[in-house]
Amino acid sequence: MSTSTNETISKDMFELVEVNHEDADVIEKPQLSFMQDAWLRLRKNKAAIASLIILILLIIMAAIGPSLSKYDPYTQDSSRINLPPRIPGIEKLGIFDGTQEIAGKKVNVYEQKHIKDYYWFGTDSLGRDLFSRVWQGTRVSLYIAFLAALIDMVIGVTYGLISGYKGGQVDNVMQRIVEILYGVPNLIVVILMLLIFAPGILSITVAMVTTGWLGMSRVVRGQVLKLKNMEYVLAAKTLGASNTRILFKHLLPNLAGVIIINTMFTIPTAIFFEAFLSFIGIGLQAPKASLGTLIQDGYQTFQFLPFQLWIPAAVICILLIAFNLLGDGLRDAFDPKMRD
Amino acid sequence: MVKYLSQRIIYLLITLFLISSFTFFLMKFLPGTPFRNQQKLSPEQIHILNEKYGLNDPVPVQYVKYMGKLAQGDLGISFQFDNQSVTHLILNRMGPSLQLGIQAMILGTLIGIILGMLAAMFQNSWIDYGSTLIAILGVSIPSFVFAAALQYFVGVKLQWLPVASWDGFSSTILPTIALAIGPVATAARFIRTELVDVLSSDYIVLAKAKGNSYRDIAFKHALRNALIPLITVLGPTTAAILTGSMVIEQIFSIPGIGEQFVKSIQMNDYPIIMGTTIFYSFVLVVCTLIVDILYGIIDPRIRLAGGNNS
Repeated sequence: MSTSTNETISKDMFELVEVNHEDADVIEKPQLSFMQDAWLRLRKNKAAIASLIILILLIIMAAIGPSLSKYDPYTQDSSRINLPPRIPGIEKLGIFDGTQEIAGKKVNVYEQKHIKDYYWFGTDSLGRDLFSRVWQGTRVSLYIAFLAALIDMVIGVTYGLISGYKGGQVDNVMQRIVEILYGVPNLIVVILMLLIFAPGILSITVAMVTTGWLGMSRVVRGQVLKLKNMEYVLAAKTLGASNTRILFKHLLPNLAGVIIINTMFTIPTAIFFEAFLSFIGIGLQAPKASLGTLIQDGYQTFQFLPFQLWIPAAVICILLIAFNLLGDGLRDAFDPKMRD
Repeated sequence: MVKYLSQRIIYLLITLFLISSFTFFLMKFLPGTPFRNQQKLSPEQIHILNEKYGLNDPVPVQYVKYMGKLAQGDLGISFQFDNQSVTHLILNRMGPSLQLGIQAMILGTLIGIILGMLAAMFQNSWIDYGSTLIAILGVSIPSFVFAAALQYFVGVKLQWLPVASWDGFSSTILPTIALAIGPVATAARFIRTELVDVLSSDYIVLAKAKGNSYRDIAFKHALRNALIPLITVLGPTTAAILTGSMVIEQIFSIPGIGEQFVKSIQMNDYPIIMGTTIFYSFVLVVCTLIVDILYGIIDPRIRLAGGNNS
């Protein structure tokens, strides 16, 4: 059997393989950019992806939420105060059905007051619709957080780049300033700043930025110190690249990872700070709504009307958890060695 | 070491000087009146009051006077709280704050260490995921939301513990737990990372090769080395507890410094705001310094000089 097969294979069926040296350099897989690579790794992290989806949903709700409800977030209505949540459809399941425990008995407040409308999240002590107020508040909280994170990023990155790249005496002086500012507890600066500025979206942001950029500048400086001695920077210098070109074309793209990670962690901090300030009464002032002011309002009556506290509190917790998980995921994705 | 120490202390003094100056000038720009019933007072009375509190002097003179007194530990006199001296007020209220802070610090770090250890020893099991979940929740959930939840479920619904009062140990339990949640999360995350690192190092492999039990290795060899870097998080943890104490004390109506600080902000009591700010800054700056020094003593591998890379 074996001999017969051997006979059927003739010599001309063979072909000489020539070694082509150029083929050795061909890369079979598509080349991935830094961002694509990070995305591939992030995609495997279920918690981070779930957080990303939740965040996108919350951002969409913050954008369109207030207009979904037919009530305005600011209109007061004294005949409809403190209504519990009631959602059409779900009310048949026995939750969100507009009932409330009064003196141990379940009472449908809507029927009592002869109200045919549905307030999905109920109303507050001034009869304002909580659904639109919660999303309006989410919008304000997110706006403050993103703005603060953006300004932190711009100042921190610029400061860190200059300090790290210039080095020497410039770095020395700039780092002494940072060291002193670092010693100042940020909460105290924020509170002091808010005492002089009239509380508002802009003043809260400015107050948070005052010391917020320090962390970013430190991280960026550290990276620049490491990167500026790399061969590719030397090569760029030898080829006559200007400082600005090296900074923006060579260093900045390599810093993208740490910058994004740092910003991702600034956002939840800013959301927390805004809520904290509003809770102790020096944040946004009425009638403006933020998640912090809503929690503060809800806290006043939470023993009797718990929904007024739990709904905004749940939103802020989900926001913060999602941002933190996404930040963790991004950190792992950008730098798998740095896991912690 | 001496050079490093003296350098750090100079920075500490500069920081404190800047904070107190900054605070002083900010307070001068504050709107609102410091006196409780300004409307009822005649201009002459206001003038006399201003004279009494030294508010008629030019600002630079007030500044020099204030800084001079500050150096002697005198933080001025409160406008609102019955003319008591601020130093006295702060010292009076330090007890509850200190007690809560220390209880929360100990509880938080202990639970954190246990959670972190369990997570590292049973990596990628449900114990690990559970502990990570607690850590994430602890980092994310604002302390005042957590405090309100505790108050509602344990205090109001179950009625196991007092809702908001200050008498005896039972009234400190809820606020301590609320304050400790942050430190739990920080410590748990930190210990897990450190232990995972340490568990893969050569001397652990050697200990395994010698036939030591897993528990022995984890406790005797790994944990000891993982605990050292935990000292570094004590600084930020102190800051977190200080921050938390303001709202927690307010929520549970505890007669501490934080509660008074929030109250004085709402009442425009400049001297108390200034005094507490400086006091808080002092505590934080000194804590950070102590932590850095301790770390250098315990782990001589850390080079103290420079201090830029810390």
